[in-house]
Amino acid sequence: MIPEIGHYALVLALFVAIVQATVPLIGAHRNDAAWMEVARPAALVQFLCVAVAFAALTHAFVVSDFSVLNVAQNSHTDKPMLYKVSGVWGNHEGSLLFWITTLGLFGLMVALFGRNLPPSLRARVLAVQAMITVGFLLFVLFTSNPFERLDPAPANGSGLNPLLQDPGLAFHPPFLYFGYVGFSIAFSFAIAALLEGKVDAAWARWVRPWTLAAWVCLTLGIALGSWWAYYELGWGGWWYWDPVENASFMPWLLGTALLHSAIVVEKRDALKSWTILLAILTFSLSLLGTFLVRSGVLTSVHAFATDPQRGVFILALLVVVTGGSLLLYALRAPVLKAGGIFSPVSREGSLLLNNVLLAAGTGTVLLGTLYPLFADALNLGKISVGPPFFNATFVPLMLPMVVAMGIGPLLAWKRGDLPGTMRRLRIAIAASGVTLLGMWLLAPEQSPWWAPPTMALAAFLALATLIEYAERIKLFRASMGETLRRARNLPRAAYGMTISHFGLALAMAGMIGSTAWVTESIQVQQVGETVTVAGYDYRLDQVKEVRGPNFTAERAVFTVTRDGQHMATLRPERRVYNQPPRPTTEAAIRTLWYADLYAVVGEPDGRGGHVTRIYHNPLVPWLWAGCALLVVGGSISLSDRRHRVGAPTKARAKPVASGKTAEA
Amino acid sequence: MRRILYLLPVLIFLVVAGFFFKGLFMDPSEVPSPLISQPAPDFDLPPLNPEKPGFRTADMQGRVTLVNFFASWCIPCRVEHPLFMELAAQHADEVQLVGISYKDKPEDSLSWLSRLGDPYARIGHDETTRVAIDWGVYGVPETYLVDPQGIIRYKHVGPIDRHTMDNTILPMIRDLSKPVS
Repeated sequence: MIPEIGHYALVLALFVAIVQATVPLIGAHRNDAAWMEVARPAALVQFLCVAVAFAALTHAFVVSDFSVLNVAQNSHTDKPMLYKVSGVWGNHEGSLLFWITTLGLFGLMVALFGRNLPPSLRARVLAVQAMITVGFLLFVLFTSNPFERLDPAPANGSGLNPLLQDPGLAFHPPFLYFGYVGFSIAFSFAIAALLEGKVDAAWARWVRPWTLAAWVCLTLGIALGSWWAYYELGWGGWWYWDPVENASFMPWLLGTALLHSAIVVEKRDALKSWTILLAILTFSLSLLGTFLVRSGVLTSVHAFATDPQRGVFILALLVVVTGGSLLLYALRAPVLKAGGIFSPVSREGSLLLNNVLLAAGTGTVLLGTLYPLFADALNLGKISVGPPFFNATFVPLMLPMVVAMGIGPLLAWKRGDLPGTMRRLRIAIAASGVTLLGMWLLAPEQSPWWAPPTMALAAFLALATLIEYAERIKLFRASMGETLRRARNLPRAAYGMTISHFGLALAMAGMIGSTAWVTESIQVQQVGETVTVAGYDYRLDQVKEVRGPNFTAERAVFTVTRDGQHMATLRPERRVYNQPPRPTTEAAIRTLWYADLYAVVGEPDGRGGHVTRIYHNPLVPWLWAGCALLVVGGSISLSDRRHRVGAPTKARAKPVASGKTAEA
Repeated sequence: MRRILYLLPVLIFLVVAGFFFKGLFMDPSEVPSPLISQPAPDFDLPPLNPEKPGFRTADMQGRVTLVNFFASWCIPCRVEHPLFMELAAQHADEVQLVGISYKDKPEDSLSWLSRLGDPYARIGHDETTRVAIDWGVYGVPETYLVDPQGIIRYKHVGPIDRHTMDNTILPMIRDLSKPVS
């Protein structure tokens, strides 16, 4: 009964969404307040309907109702409750329902908090948001019904892929979807602005917090996924340039660009049509990610069970949303009034440069991801594009961006003083010089040539970010009291920038260090035998059998010592799950501040030994810390009262802090 | 002129969408053999046991031939084996089923066949895998369908299941046995 209620609620939501997508739009066109007002109650009812559907599916998973096909295929009574719940979005149908619920939730938030939006803009935003929902609801109802019944119901389900039964992965998809769907708000605002024919600072103030919130969620989602790949797959790496990883990375890159160009729209009333284009493309790439994962056009370790009918449908959705909005852009963007002008050397100039580089980076990732498809379609053969391509194209584009990131925040708006800025950055430049030299002298023998210069860049970015902060609070230039007062009064958005830029520098150091200096050792190890990796001695003490709630495992115990001193006891496992019976590896990781000690136990060789893989991953903890700082910085910036959804007053809109830097 | 610039994004997108549409109907995981539609390689393999003839290129002339690479140490070969027993029992008039024992000692292959049954009309013995390399074999089991002119028409990597046998291989055998018009 409950699944039928859920199904019915989805159908109802479809009709409400159709009303929400049309009536307010007509109202805005005719300037009819009553028709425009339909949008808000409709958004509320639509959300309630999809929430009921989502709750119904969750209920089916929680009580293990195997008469629902989706539950029977993806759950099992033995599964811990966390994974029963995460099973709701761990499959194609459920994840789509999650998408729709999030779309509805965000639409509702615009309706609730958007009281001070101009009524026609609000009506249009909610209508566009509802159009997206209509597309997804049609997709779900016609091709991917999560409430499909199964008769007779099996006694038990076939279980969730054990690799996915992990806390990191339980929360990886929801954050990813929050990110993707969050960009839909920026998209709806962009379309509404094109319809209105007006983009101004108020518009940008609205778009920024949504973009920022989406960006924070997406960052967290990607980082969780990467972290999961790192500790669960047991390959010691954290990024593989897999098509599906790229699919989430592209909206992140473009979303980052959008985040920064929206600042220029807000502060300087410039880059408007570019920002609109970015908003459209960022959400389109989110949709593209959905398409790539579910259509089977590319091979990937991630792909959901695919089905050409679904592929055709979601491609149609992509064409309508992206094609339609880009066409609207082509027609309407030329109408937008150009805003303030600025010199190439200025804050705007550096933001534009970073935008161009991020967009170009996105383009290379897109090309690399789709190239196998293009080549196959043109009969140029079967090709796969791997890390060498991305390292050779994407990475060089990001390096100048890091330089711009360091210098940009110190430049004044409108017209900056580059020589003066470089003088203020002399400490950072000197520090990166020292890093370069020091690393060339001290680096281990097999260190690749690119490690010292890139590490010097990371040091430059970190120092430049700190210098910018120090200047804002007049550290050592004013009395301590004055500095503290300034530190207190600095807007949270400024703190957000400092923290996240520093986080990126840290993450960059982690990426460089772990790629350049990883040590890997694979061998058959007998109990009692010691293997030395990167100066650490790993003694295999024992391998014993342990039993979990829905798996049995072989657990190895390693004692790790360095120069006779005890460093860690590592307990990696090789699990075999009961349902479905599939082996997984559970790496054991000991995190030191400068490196991860990482051990994996594999198959027994039948003569008392076990295959063991031991990695020494330098600076990987910095990578995760850097990602955490990106999320923390974004969240702090989001909590800035100027970003708060209640509209800022005119006086607040004038940023105090950036004015100060401009003087300095 | 400026208008055209604004049209560029949508035009690029439509081209990409066209590729996506085409991509939906292609299988990216399928790795085609470059030997499809090519004549089978030139070889002459000794017989595995004296009772059955060996196998050389000329043996494929005038008959549809299904060439199966197998080994006694290969677990998936055991999975597909009953289907070959069935094929030999029911369709021996339509297709010549040939085995090539791959990277295996003759006595191991023979005892394996004596236990599971021997469906093959001919068995070539390829202990050094020289011939397998010419055929482009990655690993056992692999199966090739060769037409009466000695041209390779189909390649299957991994064990054959009933679905593939009934829906792909048997229809192809019937097609290829028809006289060329």
